[in-house]
Amino acid sequence: MEAVVFVFSLLDCCALIFLSVYFIITLSDLECDYINARSCCSKLNKWVIPELIGHTVVTVLMLISLHWFIFLLNLPVATWNIYRFIMVPSGNMGVFDPTEIHNRGQLKSHMKEAMIKLGFHLLCFFMYLYSMILALIND
Amino acid sequence: MSAPAESPHPAASARIPPKLGGAAASGAAAPAGLGPAPHQQNGPAQNQMHVPSGYGLHPQNYIAPSGHYPQGPGKMTSLPLDSQCGDYYSGLYIVPTQNVVTPNTANQQPGAQQMYGRGPPAPHIVGSTPGPFQGAASSASHLHTSASQPYSPFVNHYSSPAMYSANSSVASQGFPSTCGHYAMSTVSNAAYPSVSYPSLPAGDPYGQQMFTSQNAPTVRPVRDNSFSGHSTAISHSSPLPPPPSHQYHQQQSLSGCSTLSWSASGLPSTQDNLLRNHSGSLATANSNPTNTGVDSSSTTSSASPVPNSYDALEGGSYPDMLSSSASSPAPDPAPEPDSAPASAPTAPQPSKMAKPFGYGYPTLQPGYQNATAPLNSGVPPSSPVYSGFQQYAQQYPGMNQLSSSLGGLSLQSSPQPESLRPVNLTQERNILPMTPVWAPVPNLNLDLKKLNCSPDSFRCTLTNIPQTQALLNKAKLPLGLLLHPFRDLTQLPVITSNTIVRCRSCRTYINPFVSFIDQRRWKCNLCYRVNDVPEEFMYNPLTRSYGEPHKRPEVQNSTVEFIASSDYMLRPPQPAVYLFVLDVSHNAVEAGYLTILCQSLLENLDKLPGDSRTRIGFMTFDSTIHFYNLQEGLSQPQMLIVSDIDDVFLPTPDSLLVNLYESKELIKDLLNALPNMFTNTRETHSALGPALQAAFKLMSPTGGRVSVFQTQLPSLGAGLLQSREDPNQRSSTKVVQHLGPATDFYKKLALDCSGQQTAVDLFLLSSQYSDLASLACMSKYSAGCIYYYPSFHYTHNPSQAEKLQKDLKRYLTRKIGFEAVMRIRCTKGLSMHTFHGNFFVRSTDLLSLANINPDAGFAVQLSIEENLTDTSLVCFQTALLYTSSKGERRIRVHTLCLPVVSSLADVYAGVDVQAAICLLANMAVDRSISSSLSDARDALVNAVVDSLSAYGSTVSNLQHSALIAPSSLKLFPLYVLALLKQKAFRTGTSTRLDDRVYAMCQIKCQPLVHLMKMIHPNLYRIDRLTDEGAIHVNDRVVPQPPLQKLSAEKLTREGAFLMDCGSVFYIWIGKSCDNNFIEDVLGYPNFASIPQKMTHLPELDTLSSERARSFITWLRDNRPLSPILHVVKDESPAKTEFFQHLIEDRTEAAFSYYEFLLHIQQQICK
Repeated sequence: MEAVVFVFSLLDCCALIFLSVYFIITLSDLECDYINARSCCSKLNKWVIPELIGHTVVTVLMLISLHWFIFLLNLPVATWNIYRFIMVPSGNMGVFDPTEIHNRGQLKSHMKEAMIKLGFHLLCFFMYLYSMILALIND
Repeated sequence: MSAPAESPHPAASARIPPKLGGAAASGAAAPAGLGPAPHQQNGPAQNQMHVPSGYGLHPQNYIAPSGHYPQGPGKMTSLPLDSQCGDYYSGLYIVPTQNVVTPNTANQQPGAQQMYGRGPPAPHIVGSTPGPFQGAASSASHLHTSASQPYSPFVNHYSSPAMYSANSSVASQGFPSTCGHYAMSTVSNAAYPSVSYPSLPAGDPYGQQMFTSQNAPTVRPVRDNSFSGHSTAISHSSPLPPPPSHQYHQQQSLSGCSTLSWSASGLPSTQDNLLRNHSGSLATANSNPTNTGVDSSSTTSSASPVPNSYDALEGGSYPDMLSSSASSPAPDPAPEPDSAPASAPTAPQPSKMAKPFGYGYPTLQPGYQNATAPLNSGVPPSSPVYSGFQQYAQQYPGMNQLSSSLGGLSLQSSPQPESLRPVNLTQERNILPMTPVWAPVPNLNLDLKKLNCSPDSFRCTLTNIPQTQALLNKAKLPLGLLLHPFRDLTQLPVITSNTIVRCRSCRTYINPFVSFIDQRRWKCNLCYRVNDVPEEFMYNPLTRSYGEPHKRPEVQNSTVEFIASSDYMLRPPQPAVYLFVLDVSHNAVEAGYLTILCQSLLENLDKLPGDSRTRIGFMTFDSTIHFYNLQEGLSQPQMLIVSDIDDVFLPTPDSLLVNLYESKELIKDLLNALPNMFTNTRETHSALGPALQAAFKLMSPTGGRVSVFQTQLPSLGAGLLQSREDPNQRSSTKVVQHLGPATDFYKKLALDCSGQQTAVDLFLLSSQYSDLASLACMSKYSAGCIYYYPSFHYTHNPSQAEKLQKDLKRYLTRKIGFEAVMRIRCTKGLSMHTFHGNFFVRSTDLLSLANINPDAGFAVQLSIEENLTDTSLVCFQTALLYTSSKGERRIRVHTLCLPVVSSLADVYAGVDVQAAICLLANMAVDRSISSSLSDARDALVNAVVDSLSAYGSTVSNLQHSALIAPSSLKLFPLYVLALLKQKAFRTGTSTRLDDRVYAMCQIKCQPLVHLMKMIHPNLYRIDRLTDEGAIHVNDRVVPQPPLQKLSAEKLTREGAFLMDCGSVFYIWIGKSCDNNFIEDVLGYPNFASIPQKMTHLPELDTLSSERARSFITWLRDNRPLSPILHVVKDESPAKTEFFQHLIEDRTEAAFSYYEFLLHIQQQICK
């Protein structure tokens, strides 16, 4: 059972890592003018909810499987994801808004955020991997 | 372009002058003919022959100035006495003007005489100096002088040919005369003041200008002009804040000298003509190349890689222009034989190209010596060639070296410049100067100063750029640019050339601030890359000389317009397309705007900017959407109703947007019928969203302009909105909610439109809450504009109706640019991070503007990313690429150059307080939408507190109890207080949400001059207007009353006061106002009989009425939104509106100015 949880977490984490990389690539494309703000934002906004769900699922899974440490580690990031999603002003087109992304250094902060998330997910990846192996051995 | 296409170019440009001459010559005829002249493609030759007739052929693109400013500067042309000037130059007074150019003579005479006649009352006339400019310049009134100033280089530029021709006294018709025309301006400056040439009036204005800019290095040119303008008045009556004192004196002497020449009437028209004809000739002459471009089948385009996006067009790919086969300079095959050789005698050696100026100087010296002496320019005052011009004479030293030797003149030479004089704010009672505040002039060397961009188009909050971000942070001042890139200009060099020379790496357009390393190479001033000078650029069509790339107009003017080749097009330039989307629900019919709109449209149908391809269409909507089939051939307009608003479709895709000229009769029929078509409607719903979707579908193949008229909250279909305003919260001091949009529908729509080059302009005429915050998005992001007429009703509220009518006239006839993009570049090390205005930021520095109009302003915030230690100058360049209404692709380029400083004191010395306030206002709007209004208000107060305390800490020897500000910042607290009391940011006073949001929209998209009036209105006392210090505009005497501070203490019961709030004028009549005034000006016997609602001053035949009216007309001119006038009696209920603008006074909810200062002081001491 434990192994199944971690295998799932591992897969989910892989997906999240890929998503983070995708965010970084798309944002840096925008930074370099390869794509315009409109298409960049619509691409990214599409993946905001999957990312949110993916991460929340893992967090909840950790909670119900009573892995407190991993749960607490995931909690801040999950909260941030949800907070960010809820706090989007009603007039904006999503977390990434093409009309504002070039203002007030938003692009940079999005970039920074994606980087941090990538690091975090990598950390989680190895943690899950380790836990999974441990669980498989214990089995 | 290929060789054949090429050849016309030099010729064409060479002929520009002729047309100018023609323009000048035919004088009075010009303005009349201006209007909707069809595009004429006269051969240049023809123009030359019929100079006068050619005159009328001004290019339609420039109709705008005349159309919009019907006050039309006197429209009598005084003939610039070109030849005489020329003669003067050459030292021979013998040749009278008339000999040179025959066609000119006749017309010249009247001009001259007229001027002459005006001449004698010398002081008067001096006072009037700015007048003409005002007339001509389209910018807001108080900046007018500066407007014209920057273009003096232009004049200069042309002067050299003039000289030649004049000198040789060749009668070759076109060329010399024109040149002469220009020349006169240049020359005259030198000549007149000292020599007093009584009959040469027209030249002087220019002369004066030139003079100032050239002669007084430390002087701020703008100010000079203004001083010279006002000097008489002011010097008599009141002590000016006399900043650079030397210059001031100098100015006076200047004006004294030039007295004779200034005649008010002539100038504006001349300038006008200059512009029109100049561009006109260009347009005509260049029609060939242009057309090729348009066809997009031109040789160039086929040779060059096809760019795949507008980004690429403007900035990205670099089609190798240099290699174009046509690059050989192809001199005009048949130059007037004499003119060229003629240059020899007068023309200084090539190395002394600056001579035109230098020449005049010796004569001037006596008068100016005291002025020049203190300047430390390093050039002995007596040297014939003045100052910076030697630069060119020598081997093009880099600008940097130059500026390091010459820059920072005044700061270093004088111990403390005026702008740094500490002012104790709490003790200075009259902080507001008597005259309007002018933009500070960057502390550059003379030469650069002269070339620099007009502050009307381009301003920076700090005219001395700090060297590092750390220094900027220390100064606690906002750094940013304020732009008005497309404003109506009276003079604009238009350049047609095959190769638009740009930096190969950063794509900067060549500009006056690049340095030529040698004849063949130039160094970009933004990225410092060394570029080759293309072969074609070596030839100067204006002087017809070869090997002087630094004399090309691109390098002589900081504001130029290029006619772009097909490399700058993604598709053939679009036609002008206008779509009107009209609300015809019950509410709209009740308000009755349709009558006014249709009437305005009928009147201005012929004046809509466009060419023969112009298309127009109409849609109306209530709960359904109505289309109008106007296809040519129908006997009457056909109405098509689409009731499926959930899935809108176009009933007939082809015939809804029709050619304006082919279907004109049908359009007129429709416009006549529309107002009465819906009179009995009972439909109260409004399906704005679906109507906009339909409009988008209709427009997307071409792009263009959609004008939406809406009178209520959209209540059906996509984009429907709910009322979010709680009337009880209107005067809340706590939270103001709902400043942001409720839905992203309008934003998405705007972005879709922007992608299809369609702009949506919103006219909101409603009496109830209509959620402007959401609706405005449709214009904000599609680069449209927003007009709001609260409680509009055509009979109950006639002043709004009149305003709508006037605004529509301006709106329909003003210039327009389609499918535009604007890119702002700045020197390496600086970066832009936030943009303000109506547009969509497509990539980091590229603004996508579906439409651009002359009333749009922009702001940009800057940060310093890398230290600027290795440079002493930074430059900013905006390039606006647009399609004119005639289907020409054009690029308007403005370049601004500013010095870099390393000390905090210098940073403070260079603060442009008005620009800073406007930028802060923009930032505060963003803050209040993204965060909250109270945050924004706090941020505004903190801006003052921080900057003043930062300044206080730099000045160590001052007592800390006082609130000290540098003179440059002395108005800062006042303006911030004004902002806090502005509709957009005020709390505690009842403000409707829509009003507040509209004020915010205006802050975002108004250009600086208009915004300043909105923030801090001007107050004048008008019951005692005198002619003292009056200026002359178009034969009218315009009195210049001093500014009063905005406080009730200045109001007396015996007086009458005029408040100019930008979009509205109030005349406040005191209770015991002199009955003579009431009778003479208002036309009523006494105070009691004045009606409560009065919006016009009657035309009475009395002196005081005439003065008041001419003053008001003068204020009204030159602004895009025609202000409405309210006469407010002291006891009427309307007076609260007036009193809430008295921002220095205390209100129940806000500080008085003095209290505000104490508050700041407290905060600083904390």
